[in-house]
Amino acid sequence: MSNQEKEPILSAKNLKLLTEPLGRNNPITVQVLGICSALAVTVKLKPALVMALSVMIVTGFSNLIIASLRKFIPDRIRIIVQLVVIATMVILVDQFLKAYVFDVSKQLSVFVGLIITNCIIMGRLEAFAMANKPWPSFLDGIGNGAGYGLILVIVAFFRELLGSGTIFGYPVLERLGIYGTGYENNGMTILPPMALIIVGLIIWVQRSRDKSLVEKK
Amino acid sequence: MENLLNIFIKSIFVENMVFAFFLGMCSFLAVSKSVKTAMGLGIAVVFVLVITVPLNFMVEKYLLKKGALIWLGEGFADVDLSFLTFMIFIAFIAAMVQLVEMIVEKFTPALYNSLGIFLPLIAVNCAILGASLFMQEREYENVLEAGVFGLGSGIGWLLAIVGIAAIREKLKYSNVPDPLKGLGITFILTGLMAIAFMGFMGITL
Repeated sequence: MSNQEKEPILSAKNLKLLTEPLGRNNPITVQVLGICSALAVTVKLKPALVMALSVMIVTGFSNLIIASLRKFIPDRIRIIVQLVVIATMVILVDQFLKAYVFDVSKQLSVFVGLIITNCIIMGRLEAFAMANKPWPSFLDGIGNGAGYGLILVIVAFFRELLGSGTIFGYPVLERLGIYGTGYENNGMTILPPMALIIVGLIIWVQRSRDKSLVEKK
Repeated sequence: MENLLNIFIKSIFVENMVFAFFLGMCSFLAVSKSVKTAMGLGIAVVFVLVITVPLNFMVEKYLLKKGALIWLGEGFADVDLSFLTFMIFIAFIAAMVQLVEMIVEKFTPALYNSLGIFLPLIAVNCAILGASLFMQEREYENVLEAGVFGLGSGIGWLLAIVGIAAIREKLKYSNVPDPLKGLGITFILTGLMAIAFMGFMGITL
């Protein structure tokens, strides 16, 4: 324990906690957590980014809180304690979004509330925060939130570019004169099914680059 | 009556929990390897939704909305507890799941055994909380409408998970590219099923 306390704040081990979920241990494509809300908010980049940041904040801080309290939480009621901590964080985020970015908050509708039941958060609390110190847990939370956000932003990028021809609302394709060549927006990508298919394709690309992730069977 | 039928059909097909809103995807992907377990989980979800949606409707109407506490007396007319919605809803859902579990265990042990671990896990299934939040957002008029919405959403979810489980059982005999195996192909299949379900879009009765 004593050598762990002397560890620098961003040691190699801690840094790994932050970067692993971005690739090899991504919450969405590898751990299959938190898909519920991941797909519905990816029609445009802006709500996807706001959602990604919200989830990052909630996972980071609820991991931090639970890890600090972990010695005082009785094992039998831990789920309720975790839910209360998560719900409190989500209420804070929700009120904040309503106050400062009301239009995005309206677009996200129920999905902000659904962060509570986002399995990434419960999953990380159970798997990591209950057994680790606050600082590594905080990094783990931020890392997993970022890994989730990364997929969200990738999906949203393709859906917005192909579906509406814009990036963050800026009409890229129009400025490049692509419509002049007879190209038309693919309305299909705006519809829900395309989000699933894009995630499927991301998984395909990731797994063909990293063979160790391929499922045996 | 027509209104109720409309809500029912709409919540099963047009606004299907899985295919239109991606709710309950985690268990949808994890528990859809065989039709039998998928069926068990689906029935449990229908069960819990039918109870929690009308219950949360009442809670919202008589406890949380602005002015909802007026039945306590004039002084409470301005109280607005709606910022507590998430916490109260999830608490009621967790409590109801626990209660349903106890009731099922007491009266139908056979069903209890076949549902097994799925029953407690439903508390964190986003389809359940999602249905309650949609119910709140869409402002249904009475308990009956909320109940029918809960039932329809549940049946829609059941239909989806049993469908994908059946496809995955057949998929074992197909030659899927290695990196796509398992999760990847399931995502794409769900996408294709969702496209099929979009055929129902725009139906009103």
